[in-house]
Amino acid sequence: MAAGLAARRGLDVTFVRVAFVVAALASGFGVAAYVVAWLLVPAAGESNNIASKALADRAGIALAAVLGSLLLTVLLIASVLGAGWLGSLAGPMVITVAGIVLIWRNAPSDDQATLRRVVEPLLGVRQHNRRSHIVLRASIASLLLVGGLLVLLIGRASSASLQPLGGVALVIAAIVIVLGPWWLRIARDLVVERQARIRAEERADMAARVHDSVLQTLALIQRRVDEPQQVIQLARAQERELRSWLFDGRAPGSIEEAGMTFAGGVRCIQQDVEAQHGVNVDAVIVGDCELDDNLSALLAAAREATVNAAKWSGAYVISLFAEVEPKEVSLFVRDRGRGFDINAVAGDRKGLTESVHARMARRGGSASVRSVPGEGTEVSLKMPRIAGVTPLSPA
Amino acid sequence: MSARGTQDESGNRPRVFIVDDHGLFRSGVRSEIGDRVDVVGEADDVEPAIAMIAESLPDVVLLDVHLPGGGGQAVVTATKTMHPDVRFLALSASDAPEDVIAVIRAGARGYVTKTISGAELVHAIQRVAEGEAVFSPRLAGFVLDAFAALPVDAAPPSFDDELDQLTPREREVLRLIARGYTYKEIARDLFISNKTVESHVSSVLRKLQLSTRHQLTRWATDRRLT
Repeated sequence: MAAGLAARRGLDVTFVRVAFVVAALASGFGVAAYVVAWLLVPAAGESNNIASKALADRAGIALAAVLGSLLLTVLLIASVLGAGWLGSLAGPMVITVAGIVLIWRNAPSDDQATLRRVVEPLLGVRQHNRRSHIVLRASIASLLLVGGLLVLLIGRASSASLQPLGGVALVIAAIVIVLGPWWLRIARDLVVERQARIRAEERADMAARVHDSVLQTLALIQRRVDEPQQVIQLARAQERELRSWLFDGRAPGSIEEAGMTFAGGVRCIQQDVEAQHGVNVDAVIVGDCELDDNLSALLAAAREATVNAAKWSGAYVISLFAEVEPKEVSLFVRDRGRGFDINAVAGDRKGLTESVHARMARRGGSASVRSVPGEGTEVSLKMPRIAGVTPLSPA
Repeated sequence: MSARGTQDESGNRPRVFIVDDHGLFRSGVRSEIGDRVDVVGEADDVEPAIAMIAESLPDVVLLDVHLPGGGGQAVVTATKTMHPDVRFLALSASDAPEDVIAVIRAGARGYVTKTISGAELVHAIQRVAEGEAVFSPRLAGFVLDAFAALPVDAAPPSFDDELDQLTPREREVLRLIARGYTYKEIARDLFISNKTVESHVSSVLRKLQLSTRHQLTRWATDRRLT
């Protein structure tokens, strides 16, 4: 800052700095002058100074005025209590505080960073050491208390000083009554402003998510009008994602791997098969429970059966029904596709026999397939629950 | 379930009223089913719907579960005391089970999702017009879930026992519906007649609507929390 001023006036930097420090020590006006200069002198490489921006910031000006008037009131009280030295600092302090407020609200980010660096050590002490904070507060409070009592005692002793004191009290009360509502309103405006900012941020976040998911999908859909199956698939995937966001609070595109429950696993199958094979999978799930190894095996078998149906049945819709009961979990995969003759299944249909039957049998579960050519196929899977695994609360 | 004379005389075309706040959806449904049913009117909110339904007295109201002015159940509740012959089929794009159950408990005779095909929707409308209950696989799943919230043996005995529990047979029927079976397939599978399947489903609907079982409400609140 000093450098900026020096450059403007054609003076030596060191000289300006020394002048500021001397002025600051002699009376408060040095500090005030520094702050005002900060407001008025444009930073290097910037054409506008902060003050011109601050003029447009009416809330900031109001805030500065409020703080200034509050400070004036405090100083008035101080001068009455006989602290004359404070009075001499009053003018500069008011200007300084008001100026800093305006700078804070309108300064470019690096100036804010400077201010924050100055303030942070003070805040840091509070955060790092709450006990010392409490001690500090308690000592300030007791000092004030003692001071107040002393003033009162002196006031009693000489009735002469009681009268001006009463007068001043009246003046202060008048100021508070006149300006109080205004102070309150400004404070409230600040709160409202902050809320509006939070809302704006939320809207931006929502817009970003809708853009990432819904708008992208709509764009894709428009480009694929000629492929109805693709369009349906896209719409379904988007629908599921939106649903899980709106009703389950899950962010679009995220599936929690850790802590996934059985129902979550079934939905996962639904999603993946729809995405990879272009069929609709309707899933109805009753109850839910934690996943264990047995149920993971059940899910793997169900995935195999669903993929099989998607690949071979020719049906557009596959129904998944899963039910969690206290002793058993059952899962049905059904399609209304072409079906097949079970007895005539050749050895190349390894998927069904190996993946589904064997997987279930190894874990003590069972699998059965019912298929009628021309009517469709249903794979039924059952897996006993391990004792001691408690069901989730009704979900 | 008494057979209704009115629609038989007019060539078996049910008179349908559509309540949905999305104009696009209303016109879509109208064009999809308009050639097989008589669409006698449409409304986009609770208040106009109640007034216009009372005026046109349709056989079946296609009712969106989510409406701006209080939800679909408000329309059912307001209409059913004055005009018990008007039947409701709930439709929704949402999976929120508590809303669906609320509309059914208010008196709707069935629930289907909005992704249903035109032909299936017409079929569902006809069944509701004839006084049957229409359970989509999803609704069957919700109901199983709701009634399974408390294990049977842990339930305290009550006077409403009959209303508060599903019989094993009803459970079986619901499971098959949830698995995507048609009534005909269920009948074949369980070696019972079509009519018996229908009566099981109607009985489940009745229990769902009349049961005061607090678990049912608690289930709905639990769902909302998860």
